[in-house]
Amino acid sequence: MGNSSSMLTQYDLEELQTHCQGIFSQREIVALYERFCALDRTGKGFILSDEFMAVPEFALNPLAERLLRTLEGVNFKEFITLLSAFSARASYEHKVEFIFRVYDSDRNGKVTMYDILEVLRDLSGSFLTDDQRKQVVIQALEEAGFSEDSALTYQDFLEVLNKAGLKMEVEVPVD
Amino acid sequence: MHKLEKPTMTESDAFPAPTSYLDILQCAKHQTFENSPEKEVQDYGHTCSETILCRDPLEDLEAYPPAEPIIAEETKLLLSNLLDISPVLTEVASAIIDDSFTRCFKSNPPERWNWNLYLFPLWCLGVVVRYGILFPVRVLLLTAGWVVFLTCFFPVHYCMQDHKLRRKLERDLVVFLFGSFVASWTAVIKYHGPRPSPRQKQVFVANHTSMIDFYILEQSTAFACIMQKYPGWVGWLQTYALPSVGCISFNRTEAKDRHYVAKRLREHVEDPESNPLLIFPEGTCVNNEYVVMFKKGAFELGCTVCPIAIKYNKIFVDAFWNSRKQSITQHLIRLMTSWAVVCDVWYMEPQNILPGETSIEFAERVRKLIADRVGIKMVPWDGYLKYQRPSPKLKEKKQQELANAVFNKLEGKL
Repeated sequence: MGNSSSMLTQYDLEELQTHCQGIFSQREIVALYERFCALDRTGKGFILSDEFMAVPEFALNPLAERLLRTLEGVNFKEFITLLSAFSARASYEHKVEFIFRVYDSDRNGKVTMYDILEVLRDLSGSFLTDDQRKQVVIQALEEAGFSEDSALTYQDFLEVLNKAGLKMEVEVPVD
Repeated sequence: MHKLEKPTMTESDAFPAPTSYLDILQCAKHQTFENSPEKEVQDYGHTCSETILCRDPLEDLEAYPPAEPIIAEETKLLLSNLLDISPVLTEVASAIIDDSFTRCFKSNPPERWNWNLYLFPLWCLGVVVRYGILFPVRVLLLTAGWVVFLTCFFPVHYCMQDHKLRRKLERDLVVFLFGSFVASWTAVIKYHGPRPSPRQKQVFVANHTSMIDFYILEQSTAFACIMQKYPGWVGWLQTYALPSVGCISFNRTEAKDRHYVAKRLREHVEDPESNPLLIFPEGTCVNNEYVVMFKKGAFELGCTVCPIAIKYNKIFVDAFWNSRKQSITQHLIRLMTSWAVVCDVWYMEPQNILPGETSIEFAERVRKLIADRVGIKMVPWDGYLKYQRPSPKLKEKKQQELANAVFNKLEGKL
């Protein structure tokens, strides 16, 4: 595999399981480790942006660049912590926290209209004008009782997003 | 005074699971109906705006059913649609965790069988036999084959005047050389179907697992093949020996090379004397469990396309050549130190382009025929993505889909 420690010991597995709060099973962690080693071509212990972008399915996603800021240079522990939000066992709060962090790019705990516009721009590209996007965002904010200048917090996200409708699950293929 | 009715729809009717931004735009649309509240709004979500826009604050609110909670929930729902990027995030995470493109190039080693006390010594014995006895014998065989080839090829190529006889001898010598390669791995090849014959206006296409695909096919029929130019002794063969059977080498990263190849292909199929043309439309080696998209070049020549399907038996050796991990020499040595290379080759029924079919559809149809015969899965990726990033057009297509839902609603409103 080209990695210096290509096998995970039972001790490692237990430590990793505790680290991600028991969200992944040991088999899932092993499968994710194989995947991590496959992505990390030169066995450095972390994955570069280029190596992520070598996966075509990743590269063509509109939010890929935004996520690379959080993903690049992560070691395996951080890798599974980030991905744990997508497990079926992750709580609604955990998933919303992930979404919140995608919006809150400057990590100040607040999501402003501009943050929302940025994400909408990534998603719609050049197919919507800035004015159209602004119109939509202001509309949505005002309807929900916020204003243009409001800064949404994590709590607001929890209330606004629909718990029943949120589906953010990816199954880890285990052998 | 506008009489307000209690919404009769159930909550699930009024508020289906948010799927896109079109929901937000429903409400953006309704703002224009401020001045005409009696206008009938067709789509979902209209109840919310009607109640907002038509409500007269001076009304006695007690006369109305408790619609407030629904309104409050409805407005929050619009923002929730906007902020809910979970479908896109799910796709990203899915790509990170497992993707169908990387799976095409993964070597899947067979199950380890030598793990206990009595099988392990047997395996050790096997290693001794393979490396100590078989390998030297095979190397000798291959060397003998090369020696014969070289001593005969150059005199024939440079000295013989009679073109027809020269071509025939060169063809036979190349077939002989590849025969000795194939013998050096103790290849057990089962051919099914009629052998190819030189004919005008026909091209052969096959799935690609390793460079040895070419050797296996070449040792039964002298094909003229389009190949990527390699360095080392392979490059030497490609420059000096293979052009005599009509092989064309090019560099896949050079655009003008591709143009030149397209021209040569057309010339080749017109010539009735030329050897049958062989193309590997995947453009790269795949692990014999998947087949990537075919390049349409072979299907645009206006010829009959004869598919060839090649399947390797993994029990004996995994013939997938991962060019990133091994050089061709290392790959051949691995084959020579295995027991055997066992494979099946099917020469399938020639296909013609159907009326009304585009060359891409034709390529997909042939790809499906080959995939079904070999029993492997088709994936919608271009093999060249191994060497280059996907075109930005693919991302733009996704962005357009996301924006279109929004835009159409905006257009509908204006």
